Amino acid sequence: MPDRFVTRGFVGRREPAGSAQTARIPPGQHLVRDFPVLSAGPTPRTPLASWSFKIEGLVKEPVSWGWAEFLKLPAQDFIKDISCVTKWTKLDTRWRGVSVDILLENVELDRRAGFVTAFSDGGYTTNVPLPDLINGQSFVAYEYDGKPLAPEHGGPARLVVPHLYFWKSAKWVRGLRVMERDEPGFWESLGYNNHGDPWKEQRYTGD
Amino acid sequence: MKRTLEWQIATVKALRVETVDVKTLTLALPDWTAHRPGQHYDVRLTAEDGYSSQRSYSVASEPERMGEIDITVERIGDGEVSPYLDDTVVVGDRFEVRGPIGGYFVWDKSIDGPLLLVAGGSGIVPLMAMLRHRAVAGISDPARLLYSSRTYEQIIYGPELEDLAKKNGLTVSYTLTRTQPAGWKGYARRIDDAMLKEVSAPLGRGALAYICGPTALVEVAADGLERVGLRAERIRTERFGPSGP
Repeated sequence: MPDRFVTRGFVGRREPAGSAQTARIPPGQHLVRDFPVLSAGPTPRTPLASWSFKIEGLVKEPVSWGWAEFLKLPAQDFIKDISCVTKWTKLDTRWRGVSVDILLENVELDRRAGFVTAFSDGGYTTNVPLPDLINGQSFVAYEYDGKPLAPEHGGPARLVVPHLYFWKSAKWVRGLRVMERDEPGFWESLGYNNHGDPWKEQRYTGD
Repeated sequence: MKRTLEWQIATVKALRVETVDVKTLTLALPDWTAHRPGQHYDVRLTAEDGYSSQRSYSVASEPERMGEIDITVERIGDGEVSPYLDDTVVVGDRFEVRGPIGGYFVWDKSIDGPLLLVAGGSGIVPLMAMLRHRAVAGISDPARLLYSSRTYEQIIYGPELEDLAKKNGLTVSYTLTRTQPAGWKGYARRIDDAMLKEVSAPLGRGALAYICGPTALVEVAADGLERVGLRAERIRTERFGPSGP
């Protein structure tokens, strides 16, 4: 433990030490039971008829699915803990969607592929190293808690990368651009950490 | 090598009661750097046994005040950090902070043109930093604030907003959604498109808008401003709660 400055009179309201829940809460985070909403601008509302999801960039042939096609892809249920850089952690969130592994089976990746930029309606982008997206680590979700994903939570579909801070889980996602080099996304260009591992408390640039 | 935001030990220099649930803490910072209005600091409190907890608080003061910042803290009933900051802290107490943080929900004098601010409850705090900076920097481009509170008593910075509204082309409109005092002349309902249209129209469609408040208010105001003609990329939002404690 680093030397921390003890705050006079602060006790805190903690879960019992060593409880199963405590072990699942990354440093500096606290548990919430609701599902807070954060975003930088208005909520985009793209009609499903004009929605598509693309994989482009360093792939032999880009691929694109419309909404109906996307729903026909093999889907799975996921139960994941999520942590937002604004300090809340929510346990056992229930999602349904398509593993990024399944999506990538539909393209042939160039051997130079190393990074991915997820892009969204409204112009949002976020960058994730390819190794952080594959092997069951991420998915594109369209249901939350058994219901269609609400627009303010990123519906109709959002990327979910639960092992990184939640700004990496791009709301209103419309595709993945495969790249050779890492390119900082929206928050990553505005003072937030490039990688965003909650267990290493990689909140801001330089953490 | 990019600069890491280091923790530093802030000293509470002054406390001011704003409303029954809201206090402003003036913090003296040994490693002060000028913030951009709209940015926040992280606060980290640590108990004797090493347990610690962190929260983010928007800076309320203008960056021209060197060496110190104000944070304004709303007490959340079942919260962990806000009750400590509002009830336990006395002048002279010290705790860890780091910042300033955030690069999008910011406004300063380098940004020209009409400015539209929409606040709900304690969402006024980062917008107040913008308005204080605007006044100190002598900016006279038109600016309008629409501020939604539940009651008259819950308006934060009321007298200072009155004062700011007397100068530099700032117009302040209030809406009180729960109860209104006798003779109230402001709005008396939740923010809606008609209200947004009235408040924003004098600024034209090129205004840059900043909205801060609870999620429901931000959703209504951001969608509404798009409907009354502002472009989505000119609308910046910051949301808090219901998980603010």
